Amino acid sequence: MSSSWRLILLWTLTLLAAGFARAEQSLDTIIIDAGYDKQTKIAIVPFQQGPELAHLQPISDIVSFDLARSGQFAPADDENMLSYPRTKEEVFFRDWRILGVEYLVIGNTKTDMLGNLSVDFRLFDVFNEREMVADVVSTSRDKWRDAAHRISDQIFEAVTGIPGAFSTRILYVLALNAGSPDASFRLEMADVDGERARTLFSSNEPIMSASWGPDAKRVAYVSFETGRPAIVLQDVATGARELLTQFSGINGSPAFSPDGQRMAMVLSRDGNPEIYVMNLADRSLRRLTRNQVIDTEPSWSEDGRSIIYTSDRGGRPQIYRQDLSNNIVERLTFQGDYNARARLLPGGKHLVFVHRNNGIFHIAWQDLERDDVRVLTATSLDESPSLAPNGTMLIYATQDQGRGILAVVSIDGRVKYRLPSSAGDVREPAWSPFIEAL
Amino acid sequence: MAASAMQLGGQQVIQQRLRQWLRTCLAMVLTATVLAGCQSSAPEPSEPAPEPAATADTTPAPPAPPAEPSAFDENLNPYVPGTTRLLARTFYFAYDRTVISPDDLAALEMHATILRNNRTRSVFIEGHCDERGTREYNLALGERRGDEVRKFLISAGVSPAQIETVSYGEERPEDPGHNEAAWARNRRAIMIYR
Repeated sequence: MSSSWRLILLWTLTLLAAGFARAEQSLDTIIIDAGYDKQTKIAIVPFQQGPELAHLQPISDIVSFDLARSGQFAPADDENMLSYPRTKEEVFFRDWRILGVEYLVIGNTKTDMLGNLSVDFRLFDVFNEREMVADVVSTSRDKWRDAAHRISDQIFEAVTGIPGAFSTRILYVLALNAGSPDASFRLEMADVDGERARTLFSSNEPIMSASWGPDAKRVAYVSFETGRPAIVLQDVATGARELLTQFSGINGSPAFSPDGQRMAMVLSRDGNPEIYVMNLADRSLRRLTRNQVIDTEPSWSEDGRSIIYTSDRGGRPQIYRQDLSNNIVERLTFQGDYNARARLLPGGKHLVFVHRNNGIFHIAWQDLERDDVRVLTATSLDESPSLAPNGTMLIYATQDQGRGILAVVSIDGRVKYRLPSSAGDVREPAWSPFIEAL
Repeated sequence: MAASAMQLGGQQVIQQRLRQWLRTCLAMVLTATVLAGCQSSAPEPSEPAPEPAATADTTPAPPAPPAEPSAFDENLNPYVPGTTRLLARTFYFAYDRTVISPDDLAALEMHATILRNNRTRSVFIEGHCDERGTREYNLALGERRGDEVRKFLISAGVSPAQIETVSYGEERPEDPGHNEAAWARNRRAIMIYR
């Protein structure tokens, strides 16, 4: 494995377009290490973009940056292109083969007087001289970036066979003046490339543990706005908030079930932190753990039939899995004396979690069948891993020069990028599920 | 410190349980097993001491508003009894530990005395952690720290109705640094009088 962190691309996008009033709050995305030896060479030809759209960031740039962040693609530089085809007829595969380009994308953008946007694009396999995708993305003009990310998703899936997750979003907590008496906290939501950050909730009291509903329309988090931790539900579109639980003691770690009907949480109302599952329809509670130790950080299996959580019932925090039908508990982690806040990968055979090794906290991956543990991160104080819905990457919180930043690592540990914020300390990222509607 | 720990508020009857507990603590101090050893006393059988009957029966602080002007400063913070020195209200913990340091027992005993003598006063105990470890686990750890202080006060005769606790986990550090010194300052329980 290459030990040097190559700064291959510094891409600070300060979007000043109208409608993105909070652009100054966006995260700066910096690719640190696109660690694959053989990246797929792709050329995204600049799309035709009329003068009325000239102030917007070119769609080809947004798509190129999406694909570059995956670590699997090396987008070609515009300046090296021998031609800028707009139509299928203008494509000369030989021009692209000379450059070693394996895949080619061309496209055009159109708007009408009503503010509708349509982007047609085509993906070609250069060596086989074959058109792989031809599609039109139609939406409203204010969803310019969404249209670009949808195109990235389709290209990624057509080439790799894995659904792209570029149209997803992240939640995170932005702490201003962290550690001082006038600290304030914001729950932020941004595109997964760090752009279009906006504030869902702000408070002078801490905000923690944000998580997404399975439809990405609702979020849940812990807010100290009442002076004590409470679990809050919030509708993303309307901003409507509801205090879900305010029991005495801890109200923490909200986690929606995969069907969105239930929520796992931690309550210490009976004197000790225990895992509960709430039926969201009637608010009834089922208690899953019953002991004198710390049980916390529940997370659901994909099928909703079991919950994994952190418990120090063995003396140190380790990960356990409890079957909801028969309450049988199984310990999952054995290497090291601190394993916490685990998440199961799609398929349920692998786990990512916070792992302490020689006093340093890293994000680790474990194969549950072979008990094989791999440390994915090399920074320190790494925490809060959250998986992309396609399982290829995870976002986590770490520190850089004393500052809280977000970082992304591929599930094999080879691709890394960082998302610092110039606004303050950022932490506790939560990667959204796939988002259906454009 | 051992001597002052014994200066218990006069009229209050000391429960047998408390005596035993203090004796255990004293023994710990004397054997001078350094902090690392303190873990041994951690999981005391959890059941908080049976709460000393409801609070109402004992003379319910009659209409004498200026309770004890000399016991507190203008911010309601208590003085070391008989002095004008403020009593320590922040108690620090070892890494990953929730056991009260033997060095803090004397001060906590004075808090208990003050609260027993001022039944209209209440105290809010915040539990905090350093930034190492996961946030929700630390929320639980901070609760443990606050609870240890709460249990001490209750076992020393303070009414549970006078005590509230909240854990902030690692969310409200006292020192924003990222080093051992900062971490040591952040692992704490704070008593806020009301």
